[in-house]
Amino acid sequence: MSILYLMIPLGIIIVAGALWAFFWAVDSGQFDDLESPAWRILLDDDSRPPDADRQAPSAGRPPDE
Amino acid sequence: MQASDCFHCGEALTGTEPWFVRIDGLSHRVCCPGCKAVAELIRDTGLADFYRFRTVAAVRPAGGVAPDTPELQWHPFDRTEMLEAVSAPAGDGLRSCTMLVEGVRCAACGWLIERSLEQVPGVREIRVNPATARARLVWEPGVLPLSGALGVLSRLGYQPHPGSAGGADIALRERRGALRRLGVAGIGMMQVMMYAVALYVGAFQDMDPGLEALLRWVSLLVATPVVLYSGRPFFTGAWRDLRSGRPGMDVPVALAVGGAWVASVLHTFAGRGEVYFDSVTMFVFLLSLARFLEMNARHRAGDTQEALARLLPQAARRRAADGRWESVALRELRPGDVVSVRHGETLPADGRLPAGDARLDESMLTGESRPRLRRAGEPVLAGSINLGDPLELGVERTGSDTLVASIGRLLDRAQSERTPIAAAADRVARWFVIGVLGAAALTWFAWNALDPSRAFEITLAVLVVTCPCALSIATPAAITAATGFLARRGLLVTRAGAIERLARVGRVIFDKTGTLTLGQPRITTVEPLGDLDVQQALGIAAALEAVSEHPIARAFSIAHPAGTATAVRVSPGLGIEGLVVGQRWRLGRPDWAAALCAAGAPVTAGGETAVCLAGEAGVVAIFRLSDPLRPGSSHALTCLRQLGLETEIASGDTADVVGPIAVAAGIDSWRAGMTPEDKLALLHERQAAGGPVAMVGDGVNDAPVLAGADVSVAMGRGSALAQTSADLVLLGESLQPLADGISHARRTLGIVRQNLAWAAVYNLTVLPLAAGGWITPWMAAIGMSASSLLVVLNALRLARPPRGIRSAGAPAVAEGAGA
Repeated sequence: MSILYLMIPLGIIIVAGALWAFFWAVDSGQFDDLESPAWRILLDDDSRPPDADRQAPSAGRPPDE
Repeated sequence: MQASDCFHCGEALTGTEPWFVRIDGLSHRVCCPGCKAVAELIRDTGLADFYRFRTVAAVRPAGGVAPDTPELQWHPFDRTEMLEAVSAPAGDGLRSCTMLVEGVRCAACGWLIERSLEQVPGVREIRVNPATARARLVWEPGVLPLSGALGVLSRLGYQPHPGSAGGADIALRERRGALRRLGVAGIGMMQVMMYAVALYVGAFQDMDPGLEALLRWVSLLVATPVVLYSGRPFFTGAWRDLRSGRPGMDVPVALAVGGAWVASVLHTFAGRGEVYFDSVTMFVFLLSLARFLEMNARHRAGDTQEALARLLPQAARRRAADGRWESVALRELRPGDVVSVRHGETLPADGRLPAGDARLDESMLTGESRPRLRRAGEPVLAGSINLGDPLELGVERTGSDTLVASIGRLLDRAQSERTPIAAAADRVARWFVIGVLGAAALTWFAWNALDPSRAFEITLAVLVVTCPCALSIATPAAITAATGFLARRGLLVTRAGAIERLARVGRVIFDKTGTLTLGQPRITTVEPLGDLDVQQALGIAAALEAVSEHPIARAFSIAHPAGTATAVRVSPGLGIEGLVVGQRWRLGRPDWAAALCAAGAPVTAGGETAVCLAGEAGVVAIFRLSDPLRPGSSHALTCLRQLGLETEIASGDTADVVGPIAVAAGIDSWRAGMTPEDKLALLHERQAAGGPVAMVGDGVNDAPVLAGADVSVAMGRGSALAQTSADLVLLGESLQPLADGISHARRTLGIVRQNLAWAAVYNLTVLPLAAGGWITPWMAAIGMSASSLLVVLNALRLARPPRGIRSAGAPAVAEGAGA
């Protein structure tokens, strides 16, 4: 059972890492909006401007950077 | 969405509007040119899916017209000092700006804004949070001015408020702080629980003493941040309560958490005795969770208030030192500045007119819909709309000193009042706390005499288990959840306690003008007499009336887009004359209009106002106008009657006007020609006869009656005075939220009672058990926290519509307007 003397402190370190990750996630706004990302995946189907002749002048998408 | 509603904004249609939008091969009728322009813009950018995804109707563009080059309005924000005030550098030469966006109602709005702005060159990142109506924009200032991005939002019918996220930032910081504390408590609790299981098992099977010591020390290490970091709000709250001499629910919580932690730490150092780290962390976690949910309900309720405060324009034209006009943002205005306000614009600040008269629409402040004439030197108020020629305004008070802002503060103050039930629960909680502390002390002494080794553990259990949190949370949680729900439905609760009184109301008395009716004349019938059809006649009439601000002129501009008329001359009391496409026309009183073509006046019988359009060739059309019943009123009134409420009209208008309206609305009991004193007398009579009465009104003359009613409801478009003396404000055009509100208030009261009953029964049952020593601290922690959680979750049911309505697509707006 002496392995526990190693495993428990190791567990503490992992928990500290998890807490650090959690703090980072909170501070970077990952939890600020819990509703719309769930919607976004449903809303984003691949419909692009259907009719070329109807496109507004600004409708050209810039290439993704 | 029903066929009789505007496709874009969901307003009820009369069926004669000439505007249509073709989307996906189908033609949809819309209510105004503004909605048409926005819907076409959405279609043309390939985002018509918005209409499939949305769950709530969109917002009607201001004034019903498409914004004309909205970028101009935002130009002040391109100036360096403004840009620096509202945005921050985001590296790489980019800038970022967080803004409140008015009009964001559901996830589809967020999607629409993100997709539209992503198509604009220069926009690097756009994220919209529909829950808080916040948008974060990152853009390249070199490629795109900020005004360009803001203009896109304006074109879509949304109103951005750049750099206005101050209140939201505070809420966001609070939320993040609470989340971090909750996370620490949650992760810590799981860890400590794991060690606790090992320790419990180890107590039965022989455990290596070294390992046991290690587990205790590790538990100490993990539990300490939970207590000191996550539990800090309880300690500061308890300290504040003790200093003010009013012990609240934080005191026993802090005592239990602090006492158990200190004892466990001492036992750990001593190497013998029980440790309670598991109970402590679980207690802190579950309490933090309950507080977190309560905070969420509070934040949700606050958002609508913020939007209400933003009634003033964002920019103004100020005279610079060299005499030129420069565009500046509202916050740059100082007393002593001179600003120019064009026709149709809103005054940005309180001040005086240095020279010249002005015709102002002060309806936002007074509810008086007729324009007022203000002479040179007279004070004018921010929020008035300039209906006349461009005017100059000497600024005297800006920002938070204006009258509009003070009205906003009134709302805030009303909101911070505690509700009677909540205040009662707080008083009860205080006595309860004193009782609990007494009971804990008694238990301690009793067990010290019986079995000193168990005294601490049992006292701890008593403290934890009887924590009156559930009792104190019960009402505020329910009221906040209901307030937020009602605000999203279009009924703003401005006074604490209104929901409780609303639930008990047995009779609703309506004022007529502006309440049951729209308060402004609309064209009801068009009778063509000559060669012209209805649309042509309306077109000519609208062109003539375009220059006039007579209330009747508004009816024409709503019915048809205005063309251009030349050589227009207004004859007061008679009508208006001018040239449209080269022909001379007269619009006005039948006899006066008919005089143009030397014809006899057409016969116009009936109580409605009749206006004639005549050309040189003859009379071509008769328009009949009346103040019609508000769309959806009769459905809303039916709902009220189904709830078992009596309805009644008390109006100052004459009987021949009130009668038909009462019949149309389905109200049997009505009185006409009443003065405010008569109304108040009627109100007292009804109150004496049959319990609480709700009064719905909109004008200044209704203010005393509103103040006397048990529950007063003001119309959002009505006078500010009526609103400040009202408990509830109807935000939209529909009366339906009132009916929804009453049934929801009844649900709320029911849930508050359930919560209070549960909390009382629970506490009374477990106290003797704990004092008798049958409940250990960890059981007490679960029991107490679970009872608080149950109360909060029960209250959060109020944040959703009742079952059955939830599945209906577009709520409130479509339902109300559809009847």
